[in-house]
Amino acid sequence: MTAGTLSQPLAGAIDRGDIDRAEVDQIALATYVLGLGDDALILAQRLGEWITRAPQIEEDIALGNIALDLLGQARTLLSYAGEIEGAGRDEDDLAYLRDEREFRNVHLVEIENGDFAVTMARQLIFSGYQYELYTALLTSTDPTLSALAAKAVKEVAYHRDHATQWVLRLGDGTAESHHRMQAALDRVWPYVEEIFDTADTANLLAAPPGIAADPAGLRPAWSGYVENVIAAATLVVPKPTWRSRGGRAGYHSENLGHLLPDMQNLHRSHPGARW
Amino acid sequence: MTVAQLREIAGTVTDPEIPVLTVHDLGILRDVRVTADGTVEVTLTPTYTGCPATAVIAGDVETALRTAGVTRLRIRTVLSPAWTTDWMSHDGHRKLREYGIAPPGARQPACSGRSIGLILSARCPRCGSTDTREISRFGSTPCKSLWSCLSCAEPFDSFKAI
Repeated sequence: MTAGTLSQPLAGAIDRGDIDRAEVDQIALATYVLGLGDDALILAQRLGEWITRAPQIEEDIALGNIALDLLGQARTLLSYAGEIEGAGRDEDDLAYLRDEREFRNVHLVEIENGDFAVTMARQLIFSGYQYELYTALLTSTDPTLSALAAKAVKEVAYHRDHATQWVLRLGDGTAESHHRMQAALDRVWPYVEEIFDTADTANLLAAPPGIAADPAGLRPAWSGYVENVIAAATLVVPKPTWRSRGGRAGYHSENLGHLLPDMQNLHRSHPGARW
Repeated sequence: MTVAQLREIAGTVTDPEIPVLTVHDLGILRDVRVTADGTVEVTLTPTYTGCPATAVIAGDVETALRTAGVTRLRIRTVLSPAWTTDWMSHDGHRKLREYGIAPPGARQPACSGRSIGLILSARCPRCGSTDTREISRFGSTPCKSLWSCLSCAEPFDSFKAI
């Protein structure tokens, strides 16, 4: 593969007969891994924006810790995507030198933080999803993915618990906190469907022997957990009238375009800088 | 040098964030071996995937071994099997307590959807009371949570069981 292969639409290349099956599997795996890595990377960047701005100093620390865990996962995943691609790109090249259309994250992780309730609503959705994802990947036949999953699932259990406790506290709190927590769920729910879309690549890889976890298959367990928390918090599961799509194919909202310069500027201005 | 001596040198390197603990105490030194061509190969595993101390520790292990005269050296970091606080040495638990950090307790199964937020209380490393309260599940490093003792009124860190 060459640098940039990961940006090409896979289906078209297969249809044209440009590449053979073995290469399709490699590209599918690299694309899948990149999607998971980009989710973690972009959310880490968003959560980092809370530091010095959270409602309590303990939350500055908590959100910074969660961001750090996500960054650790992203480093493993991006390094691995670059390794499979085989074009000499490392984790830094992939994080700092790709443009918006080359990122494969879902829209949920790139939207602005909103108020604290919006961030907690997003955390509940995302950490709940990652918990099921990594639980499923424990049995992946890919040794890198199963090793990462075994580590990350323990960290993500803490993230999910953190979000759960806040959603309960705010939802079942004062009239004001209840109102804002419900508004926060309403704000983020249109981004849920996209997470569980069965993407081409994941579908391809989920077939036996089972490298990937089919996102749609994670949904029942996710819904069971999240809906239980929402009910206990005296809130209701929103029924949005629209949904996001396209992140896994590189189509993003304007939010990512604003986030990337913040994240990439230092590296691009000072190539090779180290401390 | 024998493998035991190499292991001793690598194992006594301390954690930059909790300097009373060595990599041996933490249980993150997974293997030390000498390969057929005479290269010393050290295998480490991170506590948390994003822990910034991991890179510092690897560098310190390298420096310690090179200072001891090792020239052919390779440091590997592996994620599997995933580190657990169960690997921390008995000595490590004692040192943590003396340093003012409650050592990790027994691991608890992850919360299911129906049992939310039940946690066992940490014992205050200062006065030994179990009348303590968790302030935040996240502390100054990824591996610790923040607690307060209701008996002696002092705050303290607790090592999270994972």
